[in-house]
Amino acid sequence: MKGADIIVESLKQEKVEHMFGYPGGVVIPIFHALYNAPFRFILSRHEQGAVHAADGYARASGRPGVVIATSGPGATNCVTGIATAHMDSVPLIVFTGQVKREQIGNDAFQEVDITGITRPITKHNYLVQDIKDLARIIKEAFYIATTGRPGPVLIDVPVDISNAEYKFSYPETVHLRGYKPVYEGHPGQIKKACQLIENSKRPVIYAGGGVVISNASKELREFVKKTQIPVTTTLLGLGVYPETDRLSLEMLGMHGTYYANHAVNESDLLIAVGARFDDRVTGKIAEFIPSAEVIHIDIDPASVSKNVPVNIPIVGDCKQVLAEMTQIIKAPEIDEWLAVVDGLKREHPLTYEKNDKGRIKPQFVVEEIYKQTKGDAIICTEVGQNQMWAAQFYKYTQPRTFISSGGLGTMGYGFPAAIGAQLARPEKRVIDIAGDGSIQMNIQELIVAVQHRLPVIIAILNNGFLGMVRQWQQLFYEKRYSHTCIDFAPDFVKLAEAYGAVGMRIDTYEEVAPALQKALEITDRPIILDFRISREENVYPMVPAGQSFKEIIMRELLA
Amino acid sequence: MASTEGDIRQYVISVKVENRFGVLARVASLFSARGYNIDSLTVSATEQEDVSIMTIVVQGDDRVIEQVKKQLNKLINVIKVTDHTDLPTVEREFVLVKVNATSSKRAEIYQLGEIFKADIADISPKTITLGVKGDPENINNFIELLKPYGIKELMRTGRVSLLKE
Repeated sequence: MKGADIIVESLKQEKVEHMFGYPGGVVIPIFHALYNAPFRFILSRHEQGAVHAADGYARASGRPGVVIATSGPGATNCVTGIATAHMDSVPLIVFTGQVKREQIGNDAFQEVDITGITRPITKHNYLVQDIKDLARIIKEAFYIATTGRPGPVLIDVPVDISNAEYKFSYPETVHLRGYKPVYEGHPGQIKKACQLIENSKRPVIYAGGGVVISNASKELREFVKKTQIPVTTTLLGLGVYPETDRLSLEMLGMHGTYYANHAVNESDLLIAVGARFDDRVTGKIAEFIPSAEVIHIDIDPASVSKNVPVNIPIVGDCKQVLAEMTQIIKAPEIDEWLAVVDGLKREHPLTYEKNDKGRIKPQFVVEEIYKQTKGDAIICTEVGQNQMWAAQFYKYTQPRTFISSGGLGTMGYGFPAAIGAQLARPEKRVIDIAGDGSIQMNIQELIVAVQHRLPVIIAILNNGFLGMVRQWQQLFYEKRYSHTCIDFAPDFVKLAEAYGAVGMRIDTYEEVAPALQKALEITDRPIILDFRISREENVYPMVPAGQSFKEIIMRELLA
Repeated sequence: MASTEGDIRQYVISVKVENRFGVLARVASLFSARGYNIDSLTVSATEQEDVSIMTIVVQGDDRVIEQVKKQLNKLINVIKVTDHTDLPTVEREFVLVKVNATSSKRAEIYQLGEIFKADIADISPKTITLGVKGDPENINNFIELLKPYGIKELMRTGRVSLLKE
């Protein structure tokens, strides 16, 4: 069997249903083999779009995303997508073509050292040097990408390997001496953690993307039900605990709720579950949780005590660890604390000025999306103000319903990710909450959604600015809006129509609900909703970068 | 809960790896990505054909080295990471030194070499090249004693380090 066929056969063995990619010179043999493949191939219009789509597919489904691109520029176009997936622990298998082995290192046409380039942004990568290794490498790649703390794995395939002949036999198991992820938490540590929790007076759970990845939302809810400890989540943890519940503090961090940040700051015990104390969460690390002890449950030992010293580390899968803790734990006596938390929620809710007679407030659009979808949609976001409003004003109640580039903060991620999410979950409405800046970064993928009749809704919160940078310029750089005004913009309605999608422009409050209704009735093509929003609206609350919670900027203070 | 910067000191990290291409680059880049300059790095064959050991000597602070060790453990091709810094070890290193040696100084240099059991590797009209093996401390001493004569060239192999039984 040819190497190219070995790749396709291996993907069949892995039960791959969707593959994303773009052809090119040295991968023609692989595309030749893909011609009759029994899985669906989604041709992107830029390799970055293919990787983000595979990433969105993986996040929505919990299954690895599979990508193929050619050598050279095809491979380098994947880099941002791979780094995005790496930062957020998303399982991807990325095949890249490579020039034939004898040409490697000779500056051959479309040659680039992609294993060298992607070394720090993949969980692991391979350059296939012998056809005998090909099937084993693919098996290992799937195993590595999807186990432990997941991540992208890249396989660079020289074209002469794709053309070489070898018998196909897919290994049943993998043997990796240096890779043995730990799933079970240490029983002694679990017991100690439970004791600490039982004696705590002001505990808070801080749940991250790891809870989504390990499908531990149910276990988290059971743990909270038994202990009644309030829960805040990171951006990537949104949905693991219902934000509509009394015990939810919603999101913490730079643009988190006042009550989440305040409660964490006041806590005497912080229980971190599948989270990594990112600087957007902690702010000034020396003043983060001044009086709290820390329990940290994470599958990645390198995440523990990285930024914040931890009193009780538990290395393991949070699904298993939470289930074990729920079995043995007794509820702490924290009624007083819960009363405090209730008060914080009552006194400092997320707000915006609803009575503005002028242009539409972006928060209103997000709330209306929540209302009309009954909170049952999958929300993808771009990066910037649109992302934060989407995180704050839509109430997430289920995991894998909020898909966003958290760690890398990749503009242009949301729309291709929405395509992947819609393919993974055809029964769901998928909405990309976008900015007018971000959406222009991967707008070429619109034709993919049209071609595959994917009814993704792109809700552009259009303020004619690169809004988040403008906000920083306003607050910290003397209002000098240096190169952030982008009101020299395309007509998004005409652009939608040019691609065969539906476009609508919404200028007034009265038009918001009907436009959304109309969009939700369309089920056979993508829809662009161009919401002309209030131009200089800011995201609040805001803890300025590198500062402590005490420096939080609330809307009312500015007014 | 402040994370303070620790003191900078020298660490000796022993990394057992699968003998595959690209492993050296993966290991080295974990140090370089944090702006750490590696003092020495040796890659040694072992009793197992497909396993190598890298002995890395690096300056750093405790917290960052701890993180680097965890990151090393995450590499798929890394089998085991051991910090030899504060453990009982045997360490050896080899140095080649080319030193100025006019005929009047030659006898002194020979004598010094004898004390350190040096090989006389090469002699020219104006220089002597000596090779010395030993523990790194010993080699430091040898180099210090040769400095007054004028060292023209010097190369150290970097140390290898084994835990004591």
